Amino acid sequence: MKNLLPKFWANVVKLPLWGMLCLIAAPSYAIDIKEVRSPGGIKAWLVQDKSIPVISVNFAFKTGGTAYDPVGKEGLARMVSAMLDEGAGDLKSQDFQTQLQDTAARLSFSASTDKFRGSFRTLTANKDEAFRLFGLALNKPRFDGKPVDRIKGQIIVSIQRSAQDPDTIGTRAWYKAVFPNHPYGRPGDGTVESIKTLVAKDLNDFMLRHVVLDSLIVAVAGDISSAELARRLDQIFGTLPASGDTKKIAEIAPAAAGKTIVIDRKIPQSIVMFGHSGLKRNHPDWYIASVMNRIFGGGGFSSRLMEEIREKRGLAYGVYSYLNPYDHAALYMGSVATANSRVAESLKVVRAEWKKMAEKGVTAKELAAAKTYINGSFPLRLDSTRRIASLLLAVQVNNLGKDYLDKRPSLINAVTLGGIKRVAQKLLRPEALTVVIVGQPKGIKPRP
Amino acid sequence: MVPLRLLTAVFGIATVLVTVFATPSSAAVFNSESFVLKNGMQVVVIPNRRAPVVAHMVWYKTGAADEPRGKSGIAHFFEHLMFKGTKLVPPGEFSKIIARHGGSDNAFTAQDYTAYFQTVARDKLGLVMRLEADRMRNLVLTDAEVLPERDVVLEERRSRTDNNPSSQLWEASRAALFLNHPYKIPVIGWKHEIEQLTTNDALDFYRRYYVPNNAILIVAGDVDAKELKPLAEKYYGVIPRGRKIVRNRITEPPHRAGRRVEMASRRVGQPSISQTYLASSYATAKGNQAYALLVLAEIFGGGTTAQLYRSLVVDQGIASNAGAWFSADALDYGRFGLSASPRPGVSLEKVEAALQAEVKKLLKDGVSEKEIKRAVKSMMASAVYARDSLRVAPNIIGRALSTGRTIADVESWPDRIKAVTVDEVNAAARAIFRTETSVTAILRKKQKVGTD
Repeated sequence: MKNLLPKFWANVVKLPLWGMLCLIAAPSYAIDIKEVRSPGGIKAWLVQDKSIPVISVNFAFKTGGTAYDPVGKEGLARMVSAMLDEGAGDLKSQDFQTQLQDTAARLSFSASTDKFRGSFRTLTANKDEAFRLFGLALNKPRFDGKPVDRIKGQIIVSIQRSAQDPDTIGTRAWYKAVFPNHPYGRPGDGTVESIKTLVAKDLNDFMLRHVVLDSLIVAVAGDISSAELARRLDQIFGTLPASGDTKKIAEIAPAAAGKTIVIDRKIPQSIVMFGHSGLKRNHPDWYIASVMNRIFGGGGFSSRLMEEIREKRGLAYGVYSYLNPYDHAALYMGSVATANSRVAESLKVVRAEWKKMAEKGVTAKELAAAKTYINGSFPLRLDSTRRIASLLLAVQVNNLGKDYLDKRPSLINAVTLGGIKRVAQKLLRPEALTVVIVGQPKGIKPRP
Repeated sequence: MVPLRLLTAVFGIATVLVTVFATPSSAAVFNSESFVLKNGMQVVVIPNRRAPVVAHMVWYKTGAADEPRGKSGIAHFFEHLMFKGTKLVPPGEFSKIIARHGGSDNAFTAQDYTAYFQTVARDKLGLVMRLEADRMRNLVLTDAEVLPERDVVLEERRSRTDNNPSSQLWEASRAALFLNHPYKIPVIGWKHEIEQLTTNDALDFYRRYYVPNNAILIVAGDVDAKELKPLAEKYYGVIPRGRKIVRNRITEPPHRAGRRVEMASRRVGQPSISQTYLASSYATAKGNQAYALLVLAEIFGGGTTAQLYRSLVVDQGIASNAGAWFSADALDYGRFGLSASPRPGVSLEKVEAALQAEVKKLLKDGVSEKEIKRAVKSMMASAVYARDSLRVAPNIIGRALSTGRTIADVESWPDRIKAVTVDEVNAAARAIFRTETSVTAILRKKQKVGTD
């Protein structure tokens, strides 16, 4: 209850993570990235910074996101992410957690749609013990019956809670409509029924399939030398299986173009989500689309959607658009929340802006402002070892290359008015938007 | 949680702050320097040379609890209006100018303070100081700008509270905890009063409170006091001192009866219970009590190894979650809270009884020296992690200075935590766990279709 941030806003922030990458531009100072290779052959990127006695490690496995959950076992990846600090090696759940707390280490795992991830932080002073616990969690999780039941209970409670949450209801419905019969259309948290079926064997199978060396990406920042990191990499990851058994996720184009789905809920404010196909992260037009999106709806108070919806008309507290690329699909999405009586007007404005951008592109002034922001804001984001590790990981996950930070400004500066016009024309199709509204919107005709 | 002008931009900060919520670090760690301008504006510099970046904040020692009666929400609404332009800067341009210079900005309002901040490259520090100083004295407000923004705030209220039963209950619980003090009113304001706020209300509020002698400038990052002082004098030092502001808030009468608030809604997915106890804050506590309560919250409910979680969730298996928290950053009253959600199939009554049994056990057995040692160790670590981010320090110091504390208080935080004794924790527990100064809030799931 301390944190009343509506979940919806949290999603808005989390989803466009890769979209935000486009905002990373060259620093006016150099970040020295070292590539470290362990004696056992494990690679990691490192930015060493001794100014604070903290070490941050971010890592990802290329598969193992929620899309890989077996049919009927939806929620497995998230369940594993919640179970990895619930006992490992000889340490049962409470013993493991007690030791983790006593070392003041921070260890967490998460499953996005495509990937399985983790992050770890320790104080330099406690690093031996902290790294030992980290390695234990990853290599020898216990998945004991009691903690499995307890965590299943927590997940079920959280599923039941979010089943009444308008933002979650909208998100579920939107993805289900757009990705029917595809793993991307399933609920990543699972369902009460699917969670009930999960047993220790499912969790162990998951580890063997996804938590494997040839799929591992590691990024480190903070108070640790290359030589020590090399040693630690083998200690933490060295005994993981070399490779797993991974099924392929099919490529999919969004369905349900042009549909408007209304989900009746008695709430004063409707939650509106809209979107259609977008661009993948490796698309040649990615940077152009990113700059366009900054101007269109990704730039907070500098964006057109915010100007038209919030500043001029007071229709909503927030309105956003974002590029949302997955490994096997690509979306361009947006959202707004507004009083039921004003949904129709808000959507009308959104569609008009969509059309205007598609037809006319942006102005030279808008383009210049967006470029300065994108290139200038980069160093401001890197104010902690955690954020630096997170950036290093993202650059690797997206195969952007070690020189990415240096190349970044020129990629942004190369974006032209003509380029944006071309890409906007192709990308933005107001008639193709799939719209989901949760609430009791006035004057909206559903087109299911 | 504190309403913000826009949530997204500061989501990252919010997350960081939650992790160090109860554990500000010391100025000895942050190495801050402080001085006062001739017009009474306090200035704090927190040098951090890791990157050529600065976080610039101006805090006003005025928040929702300082609002005139019947004008609830004006402090937060006014925070939005600070972006509506001055004689120099057209409406809505403030954030765009910052963005055009590669920076980001936002603002937030709480019961005791309102703060505005920008993060920019160090060579843009003068620019943001000029803009922030400009709107401290030259704001221009017209109905054309003010009225649509009031609609924005009403939408913000719908998002945060009106669309969400657990937020509605939280609001009711807070209103019940305080019988008289303005902390009973939500920061964002009551809907019917927000709807009536006018441009004149905003201007009155502005003229009274937005003066340098009520403000604190905090700059963290690639700068030191020697560099900052001339800039602070140039931009903020020239603003005339305003009327003296005395924060003379009304107080609580003795509480004789415990309160219960209950809510049932079809839109509740899972039931939950929370109990909030009136407590002292850092500013009002006698001796070491606030620090003792922080240690108590850590031992009793600070995580998955703490007493409440261990007993209710792990051993008894009747709750899916259980924890405790203490909110100490307040000019007047602190709050100590317990919360739990039953596991599916378990009644709220059973969980409530178990919570109360834990409190009784705590009061009877007390905490041990060993438990205190472990809690303190973990809290000291949080203080180190807090130094890893540029933006945590100015937030901790700003909150302290606007809630009646000094930099020296912040500086001595680790020492005061380390000094907490078994007797102090047990005495603090006995002082706050009293039914008559508490509110129990019950959120139920309504099964029947038709009503809401």
